[in-house]
Amino acid sequence: MASLVGSRVERKEDTRFLQGKGRYTADINIANQTYAVFVRSPHARAKIKSVDTSKALKSSGVVGVLTGKEIAEDKIGGLIAGWAIRSEDGSEMKVPANPPLAKDIANFVGEPIAVVFAETLDEAKEGAEKVKVDYKVLKAVVDPAEAMKSEAIHDGVDKNLCYDWLLGDRKAVDEAFAKADKIIKVDLINNRLVPNAMEPRACVVDYNTASEEITLYTTSQNPHLSRLVMSAFGGVAPENKLRVVAPDVGGGFGSKINVYNEEIVCSWASKKIERPIKWVAERTESFLTDTHGRDHVTHAELAVTNDGKFLGFKNETIANLGAYARVFGTVTPTYLFGPCATGVYVIPAAYSNVKAVYTNTAPVDAYRGAGRPEATYTIERLVEKAAMELGMDKTEIRMKNFPTQFPFKQTLVHTVDSGDYVAGLEKAKQMADYAGFEARRKKSEANGKLRGIGVSSYFEACGIAPSAAVMSLGCGVGLWESAEVRFNPTGQISVFTGAHSHGQSHDTTFAQIAADELGVPMENIDVVHGDTDKGTFGMGTYGSRSLTVGGIAIVNACKKIVAKGKRVAAKMLEVNEDEIEFKDGEFVALKSNKKKTIGEVAFACYLPGQRDEMKSPIPEGDEPGLIESSFFDPANFSFPAGSHICEVEIDPETGNVKVEKYTAVDDFGRIVNPMIVEGQVHGGIAQGIGQALHENTQYDETGQLMTASYMDYTMPRADNFPEFNLGFTCTHATSNPLGVKGCGEAGAIASPPTVMNAVIDALGGQEISMPATAEKVWKACKSIKKSNAKAA
Amino acid sequence: MKSFNYHAPKDVKDASKLASSSSAFLAGGMTTIPSMKLGLASYKDVIDIKNIKKLSGIKVSGKTVTVGATTKHVEVATSKDVKKAIPALAKLAGNIGDAQVRNRGTIGGSISNNDPSACYPSACIALNAVIHTNKRKIDAEKFFTGMFETALKSGELVEAVEFQIPEKADYQKHPNPASRYAIIGVFVAKHKKDVNVAVTGAKSCVYIDKDLSKKLSSNFSVSAIEGTEVKSSGMNSDMHASAEYRANLVSLYTKKAVEAC
Repeated sequence: MASLVGSRVERKEDTRFLQGKGRYTADINIANQTYAVFVRSPHARAKIKSVDTSKALKSSGVVGVLTGKEIAEDKIGGLIAGWAIRSEDGSEMKVPANPPLAKDIANFVGEPIAVVFAETLDEAKEGAEKVKVDYKVLKAVVDPAEAMKSEAIHDGVDKNLCYDWLLGDRKAVDEAFAKADKIIKVDLINNRLVPNAMEPRACVVDYNTASEEITLYTTSQNPHLSRLVMSAFGGVAPENKLRVVAPDVGGGFGSKINVYNEEIVCSWASKKIERPIKWVAERTESFLTDTHGRDHVTHAELAVTNDGKFLGFKNETIANLGAYARVFGTVTPTYLFGPCATGVYVIPAAYSNVKAVYTNTAPVDAYRGAGRPEATYTIERLVEKAAMELGMDKTEIRMKNFPTQFPFKQTLVHTVDSGDYVAGLEKAKQMADYAGFEARRKKSEANGKLRGIGVSSYFEACGIAPSAAVMSLGCGVGLWESAEVRFNPTGQISVFTGAHSHGQSHDTTFAQIAADELGVPMENIDVVHGDTDKGTFGMGTYGSRSLTVGGIAIVNACKKIVAKGKRVAAKMLEVNEDEIEFKDGEFVALKSNKKKTIGEVAFACYLPGQRDEMKSPIPEGDEPGLIESSFFDPANFSFPAGSHICEVEIDPETGNVKVEKYTAVDDFGRIVNPMIVEGQVHGGIAQGIGQALHENTQYDETGQLMTASYMDYTMPRADNFPEFNLGFTCTHATSNPLGVKGCGEAGAIASPPTVMNAVIDALGGQEISMPATAEKVWKACKSIKKSNAKAA
Repeated sequence: MKSFNYHAPKDVKDASKLASSSSAFLAGGMTTIPSMKLGLASYKDVIDIKNIKKLSGIKVSGKTVTVGATTKHVEVATSKDVKKAIPALAKLAGNIGDAQVRNRGTIGGSISNNDPSACYPSACIALNAVIHTNKRKIDAEKFFTGMFETALKSGELVEAVEFQIPEKADYQKHPNPASRYAIIGVFVAKHKKDVNVAVTGAKSCVYIDKDLSKKLSSNFSVSAIEGTEVKSSGMNSDMHASAEYRANLVSLYTKKAVEAC
């Protein structure tokens, strides 16, 4: 039987999605449901003097109005920061309370203050307009670079500083810098991004007054984790009385990791008003209140020798947390960022220092890549600038500093198990026709255009798991993953996973690996996820962990099925267990060549005993049934890596940047489904190009989000991209039996510096910040023209 | 959205009778409906004019192209008659918004709304259009009076736009990358006697750049306007583009339009 792992199997989920049969949270309606509309702060920072709900309560159709006062009285907990990060001086991070409904102070535009439930959505809206909140508007802190010098927005958080974190050795870095021939410096802004999942957040809550059970249907990347947080920290209901279902979810990108205010409030309120509740975010609410991504201000330096050897690296970053610290908010700019900032290079001395600050803006949390795009942007801008200042070829300087021995002990935290960075860059050069670039540049020049080429080599630490590692770094939970494989009596198989698919194609990929392990057609396998009442437990999907952690739990559970199957088959075939071989779905007695299919064995497991023709004895010590589960906790992260090359052409008269060519060569270890992996890379690159050239989140000085709709926030579109030229190299991960590495974030990690390096190359080295919008580029072109004129 | 009375009259007379200070005419609804949904506007009566047959369609006479008020952008963009008589007008319509907008949005709605970044108003003033309403005929240059302001009076409804067929014309737009409205759009029309350079997106209301028009009237070539400075004073400056950038684009796209003529 041919292996399904490695083949371009078409997506099982496409039929239902393309036919409009996806079932999303907003599609769910419960009889007798009410509709929730939240009253949100129109101010970035304001004291809440009073909330008057009397008129709203009298409004037509309104069933109830609840405020921060009631939720505090019921002692419902708030939103949480999932990782405890310590400052360089050993002190604990400062985390302000984040109540589900703000009672005394509002800290960003869109923060919920009260909620109105009504018989219809229009009535709920009308009611919400009648809630009168008396605010005392305070001066907002918006700019992260100024936050430490501004008035503290949270009690007890001096200088708005959550932590001042250090990773690395300052002294060793100083010594390395003292020996350098040249110090390369960059000042960078990693622009804030709004995730913009296609499906806005939503929740439907159904409280059963008889069983006192709450069922929460929600747009979550991790339903079990949501239940855990809501029970343990929110006190909404005990875990056994709370069922969380995340049905089809239309994209997350990190923005649906958190348990949000609305889910906690509606779950609590459904019990209180004894009615089901439905809430669906409008697009503006998504813009204002989904956790945003990135938002760093960085100064970084690289110490080099004249022949291009890297000696030392320093990184001083201010990370904007927004108004509150959320689940991955504090770890994203530290352990997901700092260690990766030295990139794919041997750099003997390095440190990353990050000051995380609070501002009156939407909370910032993990967004596709989470910390690693910021890290890669930092080091890859430095490396490109070093090549330029040293007059070296940009690929040669990289090759010169790549590690060639694996495992590679990276300077700051990670030990990278496998990789071949030279092969990746060589292949990318070839595919991109790197050698032919000068000719293309001249051709563009003849047409009055500026052409540039940019390279970025990256590695990243993903498959976010190893519990031992993440807990030692401050994570509040272990990040293993679980699976349960149920071989049903009549031969179909249900695979339960704690990972959650919101675009990742688990229905297909996980069925492929289970089919290979069990030797059955993948049509016989259903992948079940997204419901805490189905399957064991799960940590969810983010950090490119589904396959490398969740997928391996499936493999291991399948191996247990086969092991038990061997014992049963041996008994059925009346041979010793060690005389049985399992191959292509059949248990074969090696000497006699007698066989039992895995289906027959499964059937026997459910009908243990002998009657007439049926001989299906269960071996002594085994129990009936064929259901196995596994919890997988890998020994290490997985470390995908690669090199991307981009060519852009700039029209100096308009400043328009056209991405002409984009080549990506990635090493994701063993690939289960090349088509799905290519899709992941395409999406990641598209998001990265969006960050580099288009997406420009802007708050004004009072903390109003200026880019709160698609009229003003530029999402990249198909006509902004060339055809992506993809290639792969392969070194197997050693931390899991499939040899797989995560692929979900790589595109978004590698592409922003690749594109920006190309733009800056076209501009002759002139620095420009992301996003490189047409006007910014036009201004840069003008200043080049001026300085050229002066030089002449 | 607040509740309202929905009307779908069959003729202009009935539509006009229903109109009041708290009513809105609805054609494609590309602005009206989002404004109502966002709570920025609410009306007692919404008068849907899409069922009024006489308001839709394209007619070409010897000297003019007349486009009915509820004619959709896609109809103008794909009309063989428009493509033949004023290809620049078809091109303009074909680049408004996106496919969904072009399949619903109408010329009457666009010009009655007079968004400072809309494309159609520039064509109207460059092509010496006459706006036919249920009350009178208005010259385009007197129709667009300010930001989201027109000469239309309460209850007055645009019935059609009559464009003068030029000798040559072209429309060039620098789209806002987010909304694809015009950051600036330049409609250049060469008529028998003179040339109109109409600019949208740059200021609070569409206007004719008199200096560029005059220079091109005496010599219709790029060289005639080479080095002509377009002043940025009075131009919009916002997060999408500074006045200085807009001024550069007006100059650049005027040349592109002349070249394309």
